[in-house]
Amino acid sequence: MTLAIDVRGLNKHFGDKHVVQDLSLQVKQGEIFGFLGPNGSGKTTSIRMLCGLLTPDSGAGQCLGYDVIRETAAIKRHVGYMTQRFSLWEDLTIRENLDFIARMYGMKNRKQAVNAVLVKLGLDERRNQLAGALSGGWKQRLALAACMMHEPQLLLLDEPTAGVDPKARREFWDEIHQLAAQGISVLVSTHYMDEAERCHKLAYIARGKLLITGSAEEVIASQRLTAWEVSGAELQGLAEQLRHLPAVEQVTAFGSRLHVIGGDAALLEAALEPFRQLPGYQWQKIEAGLEDVFISLMERQNDQQEVV
Amino acid sequence: MNPAASLARLWGIALKELVQLSRDRLTFGMIVGIPIMQLLLFGFAINSDPKHLPTAIQVQDNSVFTRTFIRSLENTGYFQIVQQVSSEAQANQLLAEGEVQFVVNIPPDFSRQLVRGERPIILLEADATDPAATSNALASLLTVGQSVLNRDLTGSLAKLRPSDAPFEVRVHRRYNAEGITQYNIVPGLMGVILTMTMVLMTGLAMTRERERGTFENLLATPAKPLEVMAGKIVPYIMIGLVQMTLILLAARFIFAVPFQGSLLLLYAVSLLFIAANLSLGMTFSTIARNQLQAMQMTFFFFLPSILLSGFMFPFRGMPGWAQVIGNGLPLTHFLRLVRGILLKGNDLVEIWPHVWPIMLFMTVIVALGAKFYKRTLD
Ligand SMILES: Nc1ncnc2c1ncn2[C@@H]1O[C@H](COP(=O)(O)OP(=O)(O)OP(=O)(O)O)[C@@H](O)[C@H]1O
Ligand SMILES: [Mg+2]
Repeated sequence: MTLAIDVRGLNKHFGDKHVVQDLSLQVKQGEIFGFLGPNGSGKTTSIRMLCGLLTPDSGAGQCLGYDVIRETAAIKRHVGYMTQRFSLWEDLTIRENLDFIARMYGMKNRKQAVNAVLVKLGLDERRNQLAGALSGGWKQRLALAACMMHEPQLLLLDEPTAGVDPKARREFWDEIHQLAAQGISVLVSTHYMDEAERCHKLAYIARGKLLITGSAEEVIASQRLTAWEVSGAELQGLAEQLRHLPAVEQVTAFGSRLHVIGGDAALLEAALEPFRQLPGYQWQKIEAGLEDVFISLMERQNDQQEVV
Repeated sequence: MNPAASLARLWGIALKELVQLSRDRLTFGMIVGIPIMQLLLFGFAINSDPKHLPTAIQVQDNSVFTRTFIRSLENTGYFQIVQQVSSEAQANQLLAEGEVQFVVNIPPDFSRQLVRGERPIILLEADATDPAATSNALASLLTVGQSVLNRDLTGSLAKLRPSDAPFEVRVHRRYNAEGITQYNIVPGLMGVILTMTMVLMTGLAMTRERERGTFENLLATPAKPLEVMAGKIVPYIMIGLVQMTLILLAARFIFAVPFQGSLLLLYAVSLLFIAANLSLGMTFSTIARNQLQAMQMTFFFFLPSILLSGFMFPFRGMPGWAQVIGNGLPLTHFLRLVRGILLKGNDLVEIWPHVWPIMLFMTVIVALGAKFYKRTLD
């Protein structure tokens, strides 16, 4: 089994801010690896270090077998990197942008490749429109197509579907799975839980530290959260009361239902007992989801921070 | 590294830059507008009063009168004798290379003619490419002629002491006989306009990418620093040549500036000058964090260039320290090159002393640029 990404102990500081701390990451060939974490946790910084756009302060490793510090030129040729912020040229047309990227990668059948991408995206008729005139979601889709054009072995995608509509998102993920089946590895950062669930493996990073890695099931299991669902009328007042219980970590409203989450099953059950006697509410024990796990992780980290 | 692939990427970047430029109306307007505006603004002269102008003398009659004349010439403050020459050819060469501003020629039978009252002629050849630099010096000659020899004309010679000068100084203005300031200003403008637009436009080229975030995309592609820099410079070389042609056309057909030298040589040295300025802009671009900083750096460079190069004020009228700075600026040398080629008809050998300083400047700047080019986003 080959590793597409294999880095150990990567560190990055900006000034005296330690933005990425001892990052170690292994991504197998053909794997879709989801990279999650709150805003400002260091996802973009980590990805930039992987493709040679930032030099790590310390640490070592390989991408596609090339050294991340010394062989960045080779890495760039074989990796497709999609930036979080739209970074194609807004004053070039859609076709000119694709053509430029194709030239930079020295693609031989440039014209056909560009045309194929235009047709596939359904942008063929708008090929001569300036990229800056596209809507946010379309910009995102163009950027994605641009970074995949040179058929990279490894895709590093930084929030590729932010602002993209559900159908396009689904198509994108279908395509990612097809590529993975062909042996292409994908590291993708996202804030969407449904996308996280479609990854083979997940990593959760907070304040520059990698906290958990594993499949969605493993991640959920590792946190041992207990979840209850309540439905009924007048949930707002109930939610307010539940939030004050020490055993309750999260109370989230979903339409006419509440999810109540706690870290300790016995404590939570005891704390909820009096409320379960109240008339007009149906209580039911459910499985905690990925989102519950991540929110609980974020909140625990915040609490720690306040103590420090 | 594959040179063909490199060249293809360089060309790709140049193409992209050209397309972007063609969509940027303001910049495009600047390219045509700046030369026209400056030509109109600087159509009139800016005067000043430089002193101690280097002068060579060719003395063919060594007498007390000659020595007195030369001393009083120096006493005007305008002339400084730096060299004795022995032949016409040597004098001409010094003038052509700009080593001296004047050559004073005292004829062989000066004293004999003077004593006989034949009003001998002293020939003063002046490099008049920059009329502002010579006009006051020439005016001071009138008083020299009238009073200088009175002390020496004693006894029986006293009758030669008339209200009229006992000899005549004949001024021979070389290269710009009528002393037309536009002849000097218009070729100079070429250098000034190229300096400003070339440095500024490349100065913005890199910082624009960085500000818009597109630099990250460019960095993620296999394009190498040198390919990016060169690719971004190529379109501006073309623009520089277009600007230069515009100014030359104006010089020829509006201001009727004479074209003495080789146009090909002029384009060749201009290409060097353009490349030097573009490299400087590129280097600014790699150091500046945003477009505003790049602009500030450009003006920081542009001001001394325009003030200390001999464009605004005659170079020889400046204090020593200013001349030292001026000599480090490519514009100073380019002005001499353009004036030399256009007005004096200089050839490559004659202009070489002003070619290598530009080359040196460019080498240093490119080395700095390559050192500062950011290969990462750090
Ligand atoms: N060039 C930079 N200079 C200084 N600080 C930076 C720079 N880039 C990022 N940072 C800081 O590093 C931290 C991590 O940023 P990063 O962009 O990696 O977060 P992220 O996980 O991608 O966040 P998001 O989900 O919002 O995209 C942040 O605190 C940010 O302010
Ligand atoms: Mg980010």
